[in-house]
Amino acid sequence: MNPDSIRTPLHSLHLELGAKMVPFAGYEMPVQYATGVLAEHLHTRQAAGLFDVSHMGQAIIRGADRVQALERLLPGDLQALAEGRIRYSQLTNDQGGIRDDLMVTNAGDHLFLIVNAACKGADIAHLKAGLGKAGTIEELTDRALLALQGPEAATVLARLAPDALSMPFMSYRCLDILGAACLVSRSGYTGEDGFEISLPADRAEDVARRLLAEPEVLPIGLGARDSLRLEAGLCLYGSDIDEETTPVEAALVWSISKRRREQGGFPGAAVIQRQLRDGPPRLRVGIKSLDKAPARAHTPITDKAGQIIGEVTSGGFGPSVGGPVAMGYVQTSFAKAGTAVELLVRGTPREAVVFEMPFVPHHYRKI
Amino acid sequence: MAKVYFTKDHEWVKVTGDDAVVGISDYAQHALGDVVFVELPAVGKTLTKGDEAAVVESVKAASEVFSPVSGEVASVNAAIVDQPGLINESPEEGAWFFTLRLSNPAELGELMDRAAYDAFVKSLE
Repeated sequence: MNPDSIRTPLHSLHLELGAKMVPFAGYEMPVQYATGVLAEHLHTRQAAGLFDVSHMGQAIIRGADRVQALERLLPGDLQALAEGRIRYSQLTNDQGGIRDDLMVTNAGDHLFLIVNAACKGADIAHLKAGLGKAGTIEELTDRALLALQGPEAATVLARLAPDALSMPFMSYRCLDILGAACLVSRSGYTGEDGFEISLPADRAEDVARRLLAEPEVLPIGLGARDSLRLEAGLCLYGSDIDEETTPVEAALVWSISKRRREQGGFPGAAVIQRQLRDGPPRLRVGIKSLDKAPARAHTPITDKAGQIIGEVTSGGFGPSVGGPVAMGYVQTSFAKAGTAVELLVRGTPREAVVFEMPFVPHHYRKI
Repeated sequence: MAKVYFTKDHEWVKVTGDDAVVGISDYAQHALGDVVFVELPAVGKTLTKGDEAAVVESVKAASEVFSPVSGEVASVNAAIVDQPGLINESPEEGAWFFTLRLSNPAELGELMDRAAYDAFVKSLE
């Protein structure tokens, strides 16, 4: 392990639980526990899994003009974001590429942001510069982040915080859990119902141990987190989206409201508006293999004649699907669900088909 | 009487005369985690010691299996293609990968016996 790797507040708990620790985005993180990736993945879809995602960045934006100021940096509609609600968006660059993707919460007198671990340093600097005098940004470095995901997540959390049960999907509340002041979001990265819980770093182990004591809950590592999000069709920053891909190409247009599409006013708006009007040159799609060979990132995608039409950006075995799943970019003319393509796995063409994601239906709380 | 040898890449090879059976060690299956896919060499293929002979994939990643010795592939284990999980259950018995007709048995002298391999694995921990 790199001696400079940062440890999360749950480090000793991970070791106690038999985690295999790996370096990830500058942190020492559990990739799996004794149960293994396959069992952890399936358990999350059947009951509930607890993830340590304390490596992710947490920040607060204050200032009277914070909504307008942040809208100048991303295409999300924050003016339409009601208090206590969360929106997914992307920080864009001047070419319409994605600097990072993030969750923005309207927390009343401030905005609460969750950003990717690998991007957080650059994000904070970019936000500070971009907000100027209209808002101040403060990174919350003394907080941990836990994710509790799965069909039993709400039942479990309600035992400690009854108000969690009635929270709508993509909403936010301040809840007391074992005396700790927690910022609870009904959201996640698995396609299942669940919560993300921001809490003081020095209370994280207590709360984690209490949640793990519930019979439905197992600890889940980054390995299953990746296979769960892949089956759910959710992007991994740095693999599926980056500075070279636009939200239009990444099939994230649903996260840009009509007003923002028409008015623009964010970095790269001209490129994004042009792609919305004329169509993008390529699109992110799901790809389902027709045989058993998993196609990993950078596997070439070809048409039936063997001509390269794109590349896999994330791929592997989907435990709930029971077979390989992938996502990647293809030329727009091949992006229609049902289009027959081939994946060049270690030089051997494997039959596959463009598939409308998610691979496993989302089970978010309705409303 | 068959004799078993190991490589530093955690393959094993069990030899009877000029016939060899190849698989991966218990240490290897444990490090890989749940195996979900296997790709085996074609029967009749000539492998040189160290050649990439097979691929095993876990949920996490793909790994190569290298041929511990040189020879011609005589047969492959279709059971592990149908049920890759057998590799986690029985890596050093039922879940063999392929058999070889040895072309240079002298290469076996460069491999480790069970005791040397066990010591090698211990040194990795």
